[in-house]
Amino acid sequence: MTRASVALLPYGDRAILVELGSTQEAVAYAAALRARRSEAVGEIVPAARTVLVVAGAGAAVADLRQALTEVSPEPSAAALDDAPVVEVPVRYDGEDLADVAGLTGLTEEQVVAAHTGQTWQVAFGGFAPGFGYLLGEDDRLNVPRRTEARTRVPAGAVGLAGEYSGIYPRPSPGGWQLIGRTDAVLWDLGRDPAALLSPGVRVRFVAVTT
Amino acid sequence: MSRSLRVHATGPLALVQDLGRPGLSEVGVGRSGAADRCSFGQVNRALANEDAAAAVEVTFGGLEVEVVGDGVWCCVTGAPCPVAVDGREVGSHTVFFAEAGARIVLGTPTAGLRSYLGVRGGVAVPEVLGSRAGDVLSGLGPAPLAEGDVLPLGAPGERFPLVDSVAVPDLAEHVVLRAVRGPRDTWVRDADQLVATTWSVSERSNRVGMRLGGAELEPSRDEQLPSEGAWRGAVQVPPSGEPVLFLADHPVTGGYPVVAVVVDADVDRAAQLRPGDPVRFRWVEAP
Repeated sequence: MTRASVALLPYGDRAILVELGSTQEAVAYAAALRARRSEAVGEIVPAARTVLVVAGAGAAVADLRQALTEVSPEPSAAALDDAPVVEVPVRYDGEDLADVAGLTGLTEEQVVAAHTGQTWQVAFGGFAPGFGYLLGEDDRLNVPRRTEARTRVPAGAVGLAGEYSGIYPRPSPGGWQLIGRTDAVLWDLGRDPAALLSPGVRVRFVAVTT
Repeated sequence: MSRSLRVHATGPLALVQDLGRPGLSEVGVGRSGAADRCSFGQVNRALANEDAAAAVEVTFGGLEVEVVGDGVWCCVTGAPCPVAVDGREVGSHTVFFAEAGARIVLGTPTAGLRSYLGVRGGVAVPEVLGSRAGDVLSGLGPAPLAEGDVLPLGAPGERFPLVDSVAVPDLAEHVVLRAVRGPRDTWVRDADQLVATTWSVSERSNRVGMRLGGAELEPSRDEQLPSEGAWRGAVQVPPSGEPVLFLADHPVTGGYPVVAVVVDADVDRAAQLRPGDPVRFRWVEAP
């Protein structure tokens, strides 16, 4: 990763938006920030190409800016190797499986094989509590969102959109291409932590028939 | 006997609030907490409470509660409003004692939108992820108060309230919010329109965001911005061109460009604007 791709953009008087070249770089940058927490760093909000970093309570944005100049992200492969792995069982009977096959030029079986055959990593959250944007190892399953969003997607639905895969933690509207469904509970306030997936966690999807 | 408040009326919206849930953005949980943190902090200082003691955020008055079990010291801050205890007017921004059985009624604010009813010891509903804040976006925390709800109160601390009254905020009509330009100011044709326009607060505003009408910020490019982290005070411009100022329950990430971010201290003032109120912005340098 080249340091030249990091830009620090203004974000009010309490935060800085760090702009990077790719989701992998954002994941690595957020991991590097977490690894060397300083008092100047408060909330860290990774996203698709950026990491929003809020100054710690009592710290000034100038302190935060200084702390950010000292961050040197590791290549994402290193971060990937140490992260815990969560296995998610999936019934691949999603309503958009045939469409995804058409869009990718794969057969439905090859779509399933591509989804289960790579390790995904949670890049960031944000759509709903417990939702993780999962980044894969290759772009075979890179498909656009559905042209029309569904008004209701059930909890546990497994979808694809752009370079990401994701699992709906609760029923909600949604525009992702649905390829399957899991019984895994993504969000449970009776559990600590409530979220099954948090940034950095790796995910292996396993095909099941029941 | 344990103390509590029984809710008899709520007005348009009453929510338990505290300092919110910091540190959970990465799993999709926003901070939430009091929309006007300044007034929320004031009520706890007035009552010698812990900083994080929960209070009731009352939107546009109309709350009526009955003190149950034992008397309690109370105070109302934020939007100034009539406050009656068993029909006797005590006023907002004063510390008063309400006996068991007393009914506390908040009238319509004379200025501003959100008042905070604090009680000594705080409102002690169960915490969710370390906070009692009701988040209207994620649905976490206590639901909006409803008639018949009983709110348990916490044990008072060792310190006693030392003041009879606290300063009434100046909620002057001509509000100019300080904003730092960017990060995505080049995604609209003319970001200076933000500071050149007298905006009007839309009816479709809530704790998630304040929608502004009066002009449209035209997008400057066709491409879609990949999702980015969002924060309280961000001014996001959706395809309609009408900006949205993110408040306490804003989404953790957003897909529309943030053209400016309001200075943190001014977001509390913004949270006191009513639908229909005019509001302006002015640029300040990033620190």
